[in-house]
Amino acid sequence: MTHSTTTAPDGAPRPGDASGAGAAADGRRPRRFPGPRGPGGPRRPLTASSRENRAGLAFVTPTVVVVTVVVVLPILWTVLLAFQNARLVDIQGMGLLGDWTLENFQAVFGSPGFWTSLWTTLLYTVGSTAGSIALGLVAALALRKPFRGRGLVRGSMLLPYVAPVVAVAFVWEIALSPQFGIVNEWGAKLLGWDDPVAFLSTRSYEVSLLGLDFEVPLALLTVIAFETWRYFPFAFLFLLARLQAVPDSLEEAAKVDGAAPTQRFRHVLLPQLMPVVALLCVLRFIMEFNKFDDVYLLTGGGSGTDVVAVRVYEFLTARFDVGAAAAQALVLAVILMALLGLYFAFFGRKVQEESS
Amino acid sequence: MSTQVPFSRARFEERLFGVLRWVVIVFLALITLVPFYYMVLLSVKPIDALLLDPGRLWVSTKEFTLSTYEEVLRPTAEGGQGFLDMLYNSALASVGAVVLTLLAAIPGSYAVSRLRFFGGRHLSALFLAVYLFPATLLAVPLFVMFAKIGLQGSIVGLAIVYIAQTVPVSIYMLRNYFATIPFSIEEAAALDGCSRLQTIRKVVLPLAAPSLMATGLYIFMIAWNEFLFALLFLAATPENWTVSLGLQQLANGIEVSKTVLMAGSVVLTVPVVLLFLAAERLLTEGLTSGADKS
Repeated sequence: MTHSTTTAPDGAPRPGDASGAGAAADGRRPRRFPGPRGPGGPRRPLTASSRENRAGLAFVTPTVVVVTVVVVLPILWTVLLAFQNARLVDIQGMGLLGDWTLENFQAVFGSPGFWTSLWTTLLYTVGSTAGSIALGLVAALALRKPFRGRGLVRGSMLLPYVAPVVAVAFVWEIALSPQFGIVNEWGAKLLGWDDPVAFLSTRSYEVSLLGLDFEVPLALLTVIAFETWRYFPFAFLFLLARLQAVPDSLEEAAKVDGAAPTQRFRHVLLPQLMPVVALLCVLRFIMEFNKFDDVYLLTGGGSGTDVVAVRVYEFLTARFDVGAAAAQALVLAVILMALLGLYFAFFGRKVQEESS
Repeated sequence: MSTQVPFSRARFEERLFGVLRWVVIVFLALITLVPFYYMVLLSVKPIDALLLDPGRLWVSTKEFTLSTYEEVLRPTAEGGQGFLDMLYNSALASVGAVVLTLLAAIPGSYAVSRLRFFGGRHLSALFLAVYLFPATLLAVPLFVMFAKIGLQGSIVGLAIVYIAQTVPVSIYMLRNYFATIPFSIEEAAALDGCSRLQTIRKVVLPLAAPSLMATGLYIFMIAWNEFLFALLFLAATPENWTVSLGLQQLANGIEVSKTVLMAGSVVLTVPVVLLFLAAERLLTEGLTSGADKS
């Protein structure tokens, strides 16, 4: 970048007749000068586009190096580990390429809890994603028009998202505790609950509604409620921003035509919001699918909340079976990619519109 | 039907949603504020008061105590939980992550948003693809790598690991912001004789300051709140524990009263919330407005 040719007019075949300032300006407008890519001699000044190419590569190199070292290499290594018989104790001495084996995958697919765990992960992911976006949408609609104290309410609504997961998980744990939790205490006082409900450790809870008895996966639902609560502010922020960008005239026109609020929402606002909703679905789905902390802190993966991410952790720390953990994580990633592939095949255009 | 008073669906709904809106607002304010109020409330109560009457949502002046905070913050050598040291560790890891991530993300995101170069268009997709892999997956190899270069159990190592979590989203945020800075500003700088690097340092970065702050804040939040990597990397070295890890270990350890646990939660929550509230105001002051008007 510091060599002398930078002051030469770019895009012009011969240097010398343009002023330095004009040349520099040309250099900043490379798009208009595609520049000939002929077999230039060694002395020939670089074309604008190839100089931009060089600058781009130079700028992006540090970022790529960092990402490669802390992300790409570890991922590749995990892929290798998944095909090896690796334990944490001997992994240090092992070379990169040990004996290949498919045992890990056999262990993963053959282990008793795998399929139920995958099903749990899916339920958890879909439930949390839908819940947080739905609540975020309701919140965005309610807070759309200004009112006294809106800033305050909006600020407070970001709290669950900003606060550390460890802290809020403990608050929920204590509030839901059957012994000294406020929820059970009030439930008994105000709603007449007979027995305290152990929200976080009940696999299935019998509920009778309209004379019908059915089982509810209570712990899983509680964890989903926690995720909904924690991440609706995220959806709310995106949706509110989009809502406020919808021109008033659209809604005014519908109002004049006598459209009721639900009709205006369905036919005017919702089409405007759909791209954001689609983008949020993808983002939340990916995050929830790989989620570890929240479930681990609330239930430790017990009582029917054994999502795959927690199982990976268990393989890693309880059994020190690095190979099996890697294989399991890899299976999870592949399933996620397949699901995303399906999603983009159907809704790809909408998401692209929004994120570009 | 036609003989009745005109009762349009529109008017009915208008009224219904007028009321519902306030119901929703109150509901949202309650579900977001009450858990935090509950957290602070329990942290200043003696444990007996909680066990005696779990449903009470206030604390009497007679009961009010700060001994829970004392226990949490006192150094471990004096029989406390040593959260002051952990606060320092958390701050170190988070600030380190912010600096390292921004250093790594700024040039890359500038290149991706501004320059056309070989492979540039695929790079940003690649960066985001990182999130497809569960964090647990990254943890194993990073753990082994760090053990080899002697960084395991150290805060520096943790800060480096956080880069993996924060670089992709930082690039995404910064890229979008760089794209909004008009080309003409850079061209003007070039006319004044700035090289590309000078343009970035003197023009683009100052203009992007609000966005840099927002991104930095977001990174800080992620790093401060992070739990899994701290658990995996630091569990064996208590002197380096972050507050998140310390709190979880506290809950797991020998019988610790819930009120002390809540005091720890407040200690963990307050810094990040304060920072967020303080910066939110700063962030709203746009900087680039009018910069391109001529």
